[in-house]
Amino acid sequence: MFSDMFQKLWANGIIQRGIWETIYMTILSSLISYAIGLPLGVVLNITDREGIYPLPLLNRLLGLVVNFFRSVPFIILMVAMLPVAKLVVGVSLGNRAMIVMLVIAASPYVARMAESALKEVDAGVIEAAQSMGSSNAQIVWKVLLPEAKPALITGAVISMVTILGYSAMSATIGGTGLGQIAVSYGHQRFNPDVTWCCVFLTVIIVQVIQEVGIWISHKTDKRIRH
Amino acid sequence: MIELRELKKTYTAAGKSIVALDGVNLTVHDGEIYGIIGLSGAGKSTLVRCINLLEKPTGGQVLIDGQDITQFTGKRLLRLRRSIGMIFQSFNLLEQRSALKNVTFPLEISGVGRKDAEARAMELLELVGLSDRALSYPSQLSGGQKQRVAIARALATRPKYLLCDEATSALDPNTTASILELLKRIQQTLGVTMVVITHEMKVIERICDKVAVLDRSHVAEEGNVSEVFTNPRSEIGKELILSGEQELSGGGKGRRLRLTFDSESSQAPILSSMILACQMPVNILFADTRKLCGAVYGQMMIELPDDEREAGKIIEWLKNSPVKWREEV
Repeated sequence: MFSDMFQKLWANGIIQRGIWETIYMTILSSLISYAIGLPLGVVLNITDREGIYPLPLLNRLLGLVVNFFRSVPFIILMVAMLPVAKLVVGVSLGNRAMIVMLVIAASPYVARMAESALKEVDAGVIEAAQSMGSSNAQIVWKVLLPEAKPALITGAVISMVTILGYSAMSATIGGTGLGQIAVSYGHQRFNPDVTWCCVFLTVIIVQVIQEVGIWISHKTDKRIRH
Repeated sequence: MIELRELKKTYTAAGKSIVALDGVNLTVHDGEIYGIIGLSGAGKSTLVRCINLLEKPTGGQVLIDGQDITQFTGKRLLRLRRSIGMIFQSFNLLEQRSALKNVTFPLEISGVGRKDAEARAMELLELVGLSDRALSYPSQLSGGQKQRVAIARALATRPKYLLCDEATSALDPNTTASILELLKRIQQTLGVTMVVITHEMKVIERICDKVAVLDRSHVAEEGNVSEVFTNPRSEIGKELILSGEQELSGGGKGRRLRLTFDSESSQAPILSSMILACQMPVNILFADTRKLCGAVYGQMMIELPDDEREAGKIIEWLKNSPVKWREEV
């Protein structure tokens, strides 16, 4: 039923390694993207005209930078940012370089995601916290982030799925993982069953991320009566 | 004591300036429940937010215990806000925190330890009658229960003042009554001074000592609730307080008198005595009694007979009676 190529790949553990590499790249890039994107999202939220610490100029500037990176298609951004990867991790090839690329592409995405999650927090609740004498830092840590937590988790799920998609694209310039297997063993060597197998595995990984993420988001949301 | 002096607030939006408050003067003495009533858009919400500087006035002074707070910033402002509690129309509870954790919030931010904060929070939940719901989340509570939690939270830091911004406007009449009762009890037992913003007459009637009627950025009139409510002088005061009367005041073209009854005169059969004494029919256009601060007040609008001589006889009789009255034009 399967081609010789598939059986060879499976026997040598190449597909299994591909799965691991895809998961590993996605999770690591997501973590770093959140570490950069979440604080950016907080800054975008609080410096907004309606925010708790309005700084319209900074907000506009930051918004422009974020939009710039978001509007460049990943495949172009990836090529353009190769020198940056070299600067950060010393190489412009392989998975370490790909993670830099993924982080550059995903952080602005996460920032917008976090910004909109934080915007969902009721202005009245923020006003109440202010009326009790909360400092702005206390509002961020004790009101904005905890109240937006379910939306932030949902946002993280969506971001992870996007990053997983990006990671497959990085195969075109030397990234590894399921994307690379599909391109070089499946597409270029005419083994459609290898390609379809990679598609199937990717779908399963996306499903798992989605289901687990949404479950955590619901489980921790106190607005839902359990 | 809270004193507002020539308080002004102007918003600028899209190049246009909107005046929300235009020279408001009023004084809230310690221990009072001070009501501020007005139609929506009169500037009530802005006014109450100037007291804890959620809105920064553009002119005038806000004196709290003699100190002008309008220039407070940074730590000083935060400390001031911690001494003034506030409750809101939409309760504004933290949705991801239990009732108990909502009440500990103001204590946490002012650096009280977890154990002490929780003990204090339990005391307060007891006070508002919700100690059995301490671990419930806001989504599991009714509107009235949410407002009770909000009241407990506002009182956690033992504030001297409590600002209530339309605190009962989102509640049904029964729940409103129980929340008002709770506020009254808090004022009596803890001696908290309250500023109550509302558009509802019954809120002022039930709990307030003093009232100011706010109209188009000004204080139209001000005084003890019993005085203002039985005898409103401003147009807006009459409209708010005597509303319901308009549709009843059909009647003819005779002279109209407004009679007001206080606790004593409302017990006596004045109108019957008058009709018997004068042997003259009168037309009742409107009548209403109200309970204010435990006393009964009533008012009645009557129309006198067209005949001048007959009308004069009634007026003569009224002059010698204990009833307060005046002619309406």
